[in-house]
Amino acid sequence: MTHATAPFDVARIREDFPILSTTVRGVPLVFLDSGASAQKPRQVMAAMTRFLETSYANVHRGAYHLSEAATEAFEAARAAVARFLNAASPREIVFTGNATAAFNLLAHSFGPSCKAVVVSEMEHHANLVPWQMLRDRAGVELRICRVTDAGELDLDHLASLLADGRVGLVSVTHMSNVLGTVTPVERIVAMAHGAGAKVAFDGSQAAVHRRVDVQALGCDFYVFTGHKLYGPNGIGVLYGRLELLEAMPPFFGGGDMISEVTLTGFVPASVPARFEAGTPPIMEAVGLHAAIDYVTAIGMGAIEAHERRLTDHAMARLSALSGIRILGAAQDRGGVFSVTVDTAHAHDVATLLDRRGVAVRSGRHCAEPLHARFGVDSTCRASFGLYTTEAEVDAFADALAEAREFFR
Amino acid sequence: MLAPLDTLYQEIVRDHGRAPRNHRRIEGAAHARGDNPMCGDRVDVFVQIGAAGTISDAAFLAKGCAICIASGSLMTEAVRGLDAAAARALSAGFRAWAKSGQRPAGMPDGLAPLASVHDYPSRVKCATLPWVTLEAALDGQGRATSE
Repeated sequence: MTHATAPFDVARIREDFPILSTTVRGVPLVFLDSGASAQKPRQVMAAMTRFLETSYANVHRGAYHLSEAATEAFEAARAAVARFLNAASPREIVFTGNATAAFNLLAHSFGPSCKAVVVSEMEHHANLVPWQMLRDRAGVELRICRVTDAGELDLDHLASLLADGRVGLVSVTHMSNVLGTVTPVERIVAMAHGAGAKVAFDGSQAAVHRRVDVQALGCDFYVFTGHKLYGPNGIGVLYGRLELLEAMPPFFGGGDMISEVTLTGFVPASVPARFEAGTPPIMEAVGLHAAIDYVTAIGMGAIEAHERRLTDHAMARLSALSGIRILGAAQDRGGVFSVTVDTAHAHDVATLLDRRGVAVRSGRHCAEPLHARFGVDSTCRASFGLYTTEAEVDAFADALAEAREFFR
Repeated sequence: MLAPLDTLYQEIVRDHGRAPRNHRRIEGAAHARGDNPMCGDRVDVFVQIGAAGTISDAAFLAKGCAICIASGSLMTEAVRGLDAAAARALSAGFRAWAKSGQRPAGMPDGLAPLASVHDYPSRVKCATLPWVTLEAALDGQGRATSE
């Protein structure tokens, strides 16, 4: 399914991404913010344009050719996502607006069945705030698993949080958007299931960088988003095991999520339509399908190997710089590096980097508690994609060193 | 050298960012706290109005980037000796300058390097946070946020 069709050739791949050959104020763009949102290949743009020019209509509604063609394309995208995650059935794939919407759905429709929910200190706000809201709304206890100084999940602490058997769901990241830490998902599943809890993973980062097989992982829910996977924004995915989804009530009400409506009530539709109220992200689904075809043709294994080389190179370059601190030192990590510079604030550093064409994110990256955990106000974050080169990693390292000197 | 950055990070801005003037608390003075919730910058501004009705002392404490700290430093120097109305007018003028790039009449030259933050849209709030906090202190409001 994920065989590479050709040797990994980053120069060739970059030709698929027109934006990467642009300049910023006269200097070549070095785009190192794929963790926030990735750039899009021509193949995705072409698929969306072709769909809009030939097949667009609303889905699941019209008894006419175009609506049927659009419905077919939309459901083909669902099937592609199911194959991408190795889900047992496309019915286990719910399309949402983004990863945040997927976690809000989960918190509303699955959360109330839990006495307690565990998240970790290194969650993106998308997998933290919905659970805080559930706690405040429904009294579901929220437990926070600690992160070690190395930036890894404290599994001893997780075990203690699970010990009383009250936890209904462990919802944690598969890869930190700040530390790059890849969490030991198989261990987490075993521990949670052993304590009678279900498991949800935030794969917003991980699904972009390595192959995910939800059946092999044994997780109950898995979330990712289209725009970080080289697809369009406006579409996210909640995978859920079918029997769990079928037991969950709807979240949003409206069209498409019902099988019957009267003025006094409604009968919800079956899964997954039950969770897809209103006109869904149709052209976005077509774009996501094209993005999945794109990365699958290159091969998730080849992408992972390329990014592993980049990550090793970045670790070597950045750790050799004086005055630069890298947050986290996990054994298993991906291409996300959040750093501080001892002479300058992250925003000042990012402004200097921008003048060198280097686009990084500065701030707290929607993970304020994690920054507090590491005692820093803000960081500069470089995050890699399949099109990132070693030369770009060097540009980042050189610009960091230059910024440190500039503000000395 | 980073030549293109010289408009904003001129030596005067870097100097005030590195070694801010009036970076202290004034006990008993009018005070406000300003936050930029997006980036975590925080500024406390203290303003002492003297017997003549003018600002006899102004100081600030800041946790943030060089632009924010330099802005607070230059601001506390600029408002000393002004009455409250003149300080408000200076603040409003500077904020308009930083946002639009258009220099209002009567703005001192010393604020020009800071006002070039206009060329860096994502950084304008860093520069204006101390000023909105000053206005809150003058208005007797305890808190401000950069808009």
